Amino acid sequence: MALFGNASVRLKLILASILGSGTALLIVGAVITEFDLIALHARLLNRMTVQADIVGANCLSALLFNDPKSAEDTLAALKADPRILGAGLYTADRKLFATYLRDPASGARVMDETLGDAGEGHRLVGDRLRLSRDVLFNGAATGTVVILCDLREISQSLTRDVVIFGSVLLLSLLVALAISSRLQRDITQPILHLAATARRVSQDKDYSVRATGDRRGEIGALVVAFNEMLEEIRQQESALRGAQDELERRVVERTAQLQAANSELEAFSYSVSHDLRAPIRHIAGFAEILENDGNGLDEAGRRHLKKISQAASRMGELIDDLLVFSRMGRSEMQAAAVNLTDLLKEVVREAQPDVKHPIDWRIKPLPTVHGDPAMLRLVLSNLVSNAMKYTGKTEHPRIEVGVDRDEGREVVICVRDNGVGFDMTYASKLFGVFQRLHRADEFEGTGIGLANVRRIINRHGGRTWAEGELGRGAAFYFSLPKAKEPTP
Amino acid sequence: MSELKRILLAEDNENDVELTLAALAENRLANEVIVVKDGVEALDYLYRRGRFASNPAGNPAVCLLDLKMPKVDGLEVLRTMRADPKMHAIPVVILTSSREERDLVESYRLGVNAYVVKPVKFQQFVEAVKTLGLFWGVLNEPPVGSVRRVA
Repeated sequence: MALFGNASVRLKLILASILGSGTALLIVGAVITEFDLIALHARLLNRMTVQADIVGANCLSALLFNDPKSAEDTLAALKADPRILGAGLYTADRKLFATYLRDPASGARVMDETLGDAGEGHRLVGDRLRLSRDVLFNGAATGTVVILCDLREISQSLTRDVVIFGSVLLLSLLVALAISSRLQRDITQPILHLAATARRVSQDKDYSVRATGDRRGEIGALVVAFNEMLEEIRQQESALRGAQDELERRVVERTAQLQAANSELEAFSYSVSHDLRAPIRHIAGFAEILENDGNGLDEAGRRHLKKISQAASRMGELIDDLLVFSRMGRSEMQAAAVNLTDLLKEVVREAQPDVKHPIDWRIKPLPTVHGDPAMLRLVLSNLVSNAMKYTGKTEHPRIEVGVDRDEGREVVICVRDNGVGFDMTYASKLFGVFQRLHRADEFEGTGIGLANVRRIINRHGGRTWAEGELGRGAAFYFSLPKAKEPTP
Repeated sequence: MSELKRILLAEDNENDVELTLAALAENRLANEVIVVKDGVEALDYLYRRGRFASNPAGNPAVCLLDLKMPKVDGLEVLRTMRADPKMHAIPVVILTSSREERDLVESYRLGVNAYVVKPVKFQQFVEAVKTLGLFWGVLNEPPVGSVRRVA
C-alpha cells in the first residue's frame, strides 16, 4: 500500500483495479504477439523451404546438363512471390551456377560466387532470411538452392499487432475504470463510515457511539468487533470513573478526619498553652514570694520551697518545649532553596558567645537543599548546641560539620564532636521526646531538641540517626533531598 | 510632681491578680489599679455601666487584658474598644500565658499596643510587670481624657 502513499481508500481501490487489469492485459498481449511472431516465422520458413525444394527440383535437369540459362529461367519463376528478393543455384562443388534478382536495376550482388561450408538451414541477416536447401538426385546432393527473403512483412505485422493491442488496452482500462469507480463505493462506503465513527469517538471521547452497517463479510466483522471494543471501553471507563469517585470520596473523608484530628490537636495544644501554664506560674510565683519573705521558715523549709520553684520552672520549660515540638509537626512548611553553609555560619556565630573555652570548628562546604529555612535552622542550631553542650567538659573540644555522602537526589550531613558521647545501646532512644541519656545535673536540657530534629527532617522526607561511643564523642546524621536548582 | 496614671487590669484568675499586684508592689509602682474579673466587667468599667455607673468620666492610661476570660474574652474587649471612637486610642497590653501564634496574630490584627507572655519564673514576671508599669504607667503619655491622680 506504500506504493500509493497516503491516497484515499477510494483512489487506492481504483488504481489497484486498473493496475491489475492493465498488467494482465499487457501480459496477455505480449504473449499473443510473441506467439504470433513465432507462427509467422514458422509459416514463412515453411513456405520458403517448399519454394526452394520446387525450384531445386525444376533446376535438376539444368544442373545435370549444365544449362545455366534454363536454370535461370526456372529461378525467375520465383518472381511470383514478392517477398523473395533473390535466389541462387550452386553446383555440387559449391560454385554459383545461376541467379535470380528481383530488382536487377539495383545491380547489387546478392549472391556470393561460392557457397560457404554451411549445409542446409536458415539464418537471419538483418531484416532478411537466408535459406539454403540441397537439390537431391538419387539421394545425393547435386547442388544447392539459396533464397533470400524479405522479413519486413513480419515487422509490419508486429506493428499492426501492437497498434491493435494498444487500442484494446486503452479501451479495457477505460471500461475497468468505469466499473471499479462504481464498485469501489460498495467497498469503501462501510470503511469510510467506520473511519468517521472512530474519529468521532476519539475526538468527543463519547464511547456510546456505535458503527452501523451490514454485519456480513470482513468489513461486517470489523464493524461488530469495533462496536464490541467500544462497549468494552465504555464499561471500563465507567468502572474507572466509579473507582475514581470512590477514591475522591475517600480522600475527602480522610481529609476531613485529618482536619478534625488536627483541630483537636490544635485545641489541645491551645489549652495546654493557656491553662496548664497558669497554675505552674502560680506555684512558681507564690513559692518565690514565700522564699523572698523567708519569715518563719527553717533551713529545710527554705530548701523545700526552692525545690518547688525549681520543679515549677522545669515544668514550664517542658510545656514550652512540648508546644514547640507540637508546632513543628503542625505548622505549614515553607518551601525554599536553603543554603546550609550560610545557615550554619549564622547558627555558629550566634552560639559562639555562650562558649567558655574555644572550640576547634571544622566546617566543610554544605550543599543547597530544598526545605523550610526556619525549621532547618532549628535542626542545625539543635545539633550544634548539643555538640557544644556535650563537649563542654572536653579538654580540646572539636566540632566537625560536613557532607557525609552525596547520593545524587539526597545528601547526608554529619555533625560530629569529640565530647562525652553515648552508649550505642541507647541510640534508639536519642530521638524520642524528653528522652535523655544524661542526668539533669550533668548536662542541662529537657530532651526535646533531637525529637524536633527528627520531626523536622521527617517532614522534609529525610532520615536521622546517630553514632557514638562513651567518652569518645558522637556523630549525628541527617539526610535531605537536594534542591533541584542550586541558587548561586 | 509626678502623676500616677490609672491602670485597668482584667484578669479572671485570683492568683494571677495577686501575683500581678505583688509584682507592682515589688516595684513600688503605686498606680491606681482597677481589677475586673472578666471581659463584661472590663467593658462595664470602660462604659461606666452596672456597678461602675456612678464612676466619674475618664479612661484608664492602660488596659492590661488577659486573653482567656469567662463570658467575654480579652480579644473581644480589644475588638469592642478599637471599634469605639471614644476608646480606640486607649493603650491595650495583652498579658497572657499563651504563646500561640494565632493569639499573637489576632491581637496585632485588632490593634494591640503590646503582647506580653507571662514568664513562669516569678522574678522574670516581676521584671516584666516592672517594665510594663514603668512604661505605660509612668513614661508613656496617655491620650487626652485619661484619669490622672496626683501622687
